[in-house]
Amino acid sequence: MSENHKLRVSKIRNGTVIDHVHAGQALNVLAILGIDGSDGEEVSVGMNVPSDRLATKDIVKVEGRELSQDEVDVLSLIAPEATINIVREYDVVEKHRVERPDTVEGILSCPNAGCITAADEPVTSRFDVLADGVRCVYCERIVRDEIASLIEP
Amino acid sequence: MRHGNILTSKQLSREDIETVLDRASELDGDGSALAGEYSDTLLGLLFFEPSTRTKMSFETAMKRLGGDVVDMGAVDSSSITKGESLADTVRVIEGYTDAIVLRHPRQGAAKLASEYVDVPVINAGDGAGHHPTQTLLDLYTIRETAGLDDLTIGIMGDLKYGRTVHSLAYALSNFGTRQHFISPESLQLPREVVFDLHQEGASLKEHESLDPVLAELDVLYVTRIQRERFPDENEYQKVAGEYCITAETLDAASDDLTVMHPLPRVDEIAPDVDATEHATYFEQAHNGVPVRMALLDLLLGEDDE
Repeated sequence: MSENHKLRVSKIRNGTVIDHVHAGQALNVLAILGIDGSDGEEVSVGMNVPSDRLATKDIVKVEGRELSQDEVDVLSLIAPEATINIVREYDVVEKHRVERPDTVEGILSCPNAGCITAADEPVTSRFDVLADGVRCVYCERIVRDEIASLIEP
Repeated sequence: MRHGNILTSKQLSREDIETVLDRASELDGDGSALAGEYSDTLLGLLFFEPSTRTKMSFETAMKRLGGDVVDMGAVDSSSITKGESLADTVRVIEGYTDAIVLRHPRQGAAKLASEYVDVPVINAGDGAGHHPTQTLLDLYTIRETAGLDDLTIGIMGDLKYGRTVHSLAYALSNFGTRQHFISPESLQLPREVVFDLHQEGASLKEHESLDPVLAELDVLYVTRIQRERFPDENEYQKVAGEYCITAETLDAASDDLTVMHPLPRVDEIAPDVDATEHATYFEQAHNGVPVRMALLDLLLGEDDE
């Protein structure tokens, strides 16, 4: 396994490795974190990498940035199995699983066209996190599938 | 409840509801006892959608309490046409009034408004969402007729978009009511509402026809099926025709059945029902005044201590 990683994605010196992301979700992980490369971050992405735990997985490495707990929590919505490794001087100094937060703010947009947040109002979107989905606190719409498609641009 | 918001009926406990209904009973017919206490109180009416009963009964209630109202008027004569946001509008009106009554076409509008102002916000209907003050007058009417204990209710019509239905169903889950929901499949309760009702342990069953349950109902709550919900006129006529009641329909019902409707009705309750003992919808509409007086009194009154 580790040989495979080395072949595909090089080690980082300081930053965060998000491992065990469900295959196909790596770009959504980057979208949630607001990383699109325009700020000059060094980012490595592995997709459909063989994994013992998930058969195949995605992996994201971000050089020079340690994720906050809030950012990690939001990842749980699309990557519930993910592990977060904080790396300093090539060593993993912290390793933890993601936990589902109670609410997420400003990350997702409500798919209900009749919701007040879909109007031109100065409001930050807010969703309660359910066991199997998310729920807009304004219009109360529940979304269980395709949560990644709600990520705000 | 004092100085709080009334955004959904979900927020109301059985005790809250009974407090409002008890106060409404006291004020019913004798609201003048309070005149004077509210002589400096101004209620802001912001109706972004048309309304007759809700708006006029809030206005009547405030005036019967001795206060007054200021009305934004129709949307086409206000700053809304200039593109002002709801968040800005309510922050301006907050400076003029002691509380805000808001009706808006979008779900969650009252909740949003409440986050921008410190005065109480009362939701008078937010899109297909909630209409909690209608629910309070519905419950008052039920308590006066069938009673709220050991109740079996049928709620029929547009259950998908009908905000009065959603609010009533939530509130009744406090009373252990057996709730039957009767509608075409395309207008069933939103799954979100069913999810919540199950979470509350409500007793609910969904049907496509009134016939199997009519005889066991204490209350039949009828709502309007709106033409604009259907892609074509034929489909609307077909469905709407199936969810109408007439005096003949009610032959199969209990003699004590109470028939309610939030009004306005179109064809769903035939005029010949009006003359039966079952018809309660005009009384229901009248109850909007004492119930809204009670609510305003509880929200805006001084503490008794």
